Amino acid sequence: MTSTIGMIEPGRPDPADRADGMAVVCRGVTKTYGSGSSAVRALRGVDLEVRLGEMMMLVGPSGCGKTSLISVIAGVLDRDGGECSVFGEDFARMKSARRTLFRGRTIGFVFQAFNLIPTLTIAENVAVPLLINGSSMAAAVRQARAILGEVGLGDRWTDPPARLSGGQQQRVAIARALVHHPRLIVCDEPTSALDHATGEKIMEILRSTAVGTDRSLVVVTHDSRIFQFADRIARMDDGMIVGISGADGTP
Amino acid sequence: MIRLAIRMLTGDRAKFIGILVGISFASLLITQQSAIFVGLMTRTYSFVTDTPVADLWVMDPEVEHHADAKPMLPTQLHRVRGVEGVDWAVPMFKTFARLRLPNGALRNCILIGIDDVTLIGGPPGMVEGTIGDLWKTDAVIVDAAEVDRKLSIFDRDPRTRKPVGPTRPTRIGDVLELNDHRAEVVGTFSASPSFFWEPTIYTTYSRAMRFRPTERRQMHFVLVKARPGENLDALAERIRERTGMSAHTRAGFQWLTARYILEKTGIAINFGIAVLLGFIVGAAIAGQTFHSFTLENMRYFGTLKAMGAGDGTLLRMIVAQALCAGFLGFGLGLGAAAVFGEVVKRSDLAFVMDWRLVAVTAAAVLMISVGAAAVSLRRVIRLEPGIVFKV
Repeated sequence: MTSTIGMIEPGRPDPADRADGMAVVCRGVTKTYGSGSSAVRALRGVDLEVRLGEMMMLVGPSGCGKTSLISVIAGVLDRDGGECSVFGEDFARMKSARRTLFRGRTIGFVFQAFNLIPTLTIAENVAVPLLINGSSMAAAVRQARAILGEVGLGDRWTDPPARLSGGQQQRVAIARALVHHPRLIVCDEPTSALDHATGEKIMEILRSTAVGTDRSLVVVTHDSRIFQFADRIARMDDGMIVGISGADGTP
Repeated sequence: MIRLAIRMLTGDRAKFIGILVGISFASLLITQQSAIFVGLMTRTYSFVTDTPVADLWVMDPEVEHHADAKPMLPTQLHRVRGVEGVDWAVPMFKTFARLRLPNGALRNCILIGIDDVTLIGGPPGMVEGTIGDLWKTDAVIVDAAEVDRKLSIFDRDPRTRKPVGPTRPTRIGDVLELNDHRAEVVGTFSASPSFFWEPTIYTTYSRAMRFRPTERRQMHFVLVKARPGENLDALAERIRERTGMSAHTRAGFQWLTARYILEKTGIAINFGIAVLLGFIVGAAIAGQTFHSFTLENMRYFGTLKAMGAGDGTLLRMIVAQALCAGFLGFGLGLGAAAVFGEVVKRSDLAFVMDWRLVAVTAAAVLMISVGAAAVSLRRVIRLEPGIVFKV
């Protein structure tokens, strides 16, 4: 069977053409929670570029701003200052409805806690992004079943998430993040709820199915055992990028 | 997304059942209490309902309901007959009388006298005997539903005056006394249950006048049949102008009686409170459970929002969930009320569930569902999609 993962949807313009080979470009991004004496400066002028077709890992200690940065990149959190564009489009310059639409078509999400809806089957869970983008239930579930086959869960499509192990649930979450062919996938601690072997397996699946010439991944993690899967690693500390290197440590 | 929303709702069995219980309870209570109320109101004018042959009822202008019959001069009958558009008109006598049973027990009863010749205005159905038996000497017919209750015959202990020995129903051949006049039971009739508690006894108009003390004014109602094609409201107006009496259509007379009961008794307030209580309790349970369901699913709504579901989509999902729960809860409550009605059908409980009542309950349940959705919706619309990255 031909893989459906990584394909550009026919007829859709390739936003990368407008972004000089960059999926994400952040310049001087700042974000502060609260105000006055209780203000917390989560991002203090972050500069980051994520290239097309690469897996970028954001690493650093807890509270360093990784999740805030990925939230700004994914358009689910408003930044206070600086600039940030995804495939040349700036969320801050979009109206709410356009931002929601853009996010639904362009970005796939993989969460630490999977966030699978427990009352739906795994096929229905995977079908959600397609339904949001206007597919019919039958067509969406058909596509969902196909992609579940590619992550090794083709025969479990009628099961609810609770019947699956943590690793299997994360595979479902990956299938959900890929099913609508997004150009950027953001993963928040995708392996932290899994044991080492399962975490490696998940990263292998992500690496083999999600990364493509037209698709980029931003993975937030502090699990050093999976650094080997990254193309580049951005180290964060205290709300800033303190260094970017290859997976082998080369600058 | 609507199907997905319904699956989300029904998949959480415990919460879903909780929501259904709340809405069903509200639906049941609203329907049941309203049906009893409507049943009671229907009984207030059952006497009028049971006389469908009359198009119009003519009466003294002071009459406020059918049990409040005030006598008119018998000559009014001829004046009514002379009004253009009247096909025929017959007199009716209706008053309270004192009844002595064969064992000497005294009862108050409603005595109705119907036209001697045509016997128009009689009870809607006979159980024993025929309506024509009223032409026999001293004949009366009694309510079959009361012969073994208020008209049952028993002996009393002469010393304590307490009932002793076996009770037997009044039956054909029994001789009663009506205002000290001999009356013989020649039949029993069936009629719709009445709001008023005195047993009803029918006889002929002339005999009824003999049973009561002589007065100048003796006729209580004139039953009028309009000529075919006659406008009843216009005819009633003409009768009012020509006779100075009051004239009502059947529906008008029913409403006159029901309105009197509504205005002069606390029945509307009492039932209104029960219905309101059902609405409030149902709304509280359904609203709280639905709200709690939404709160528990906030992470998933946040996930949907992050993945590109707009506010409109989420709004439609939540409204669909609320309407689904509302529709099912309404159906269950209505079904339970219908079963209740079927069970009590043969009892004395008044219970009438018509389509208007179903429509009112549906509207109330819709309000509860939309209210529950509105409470939850505010939270979901304000939800920051960034919640998805919090564990």
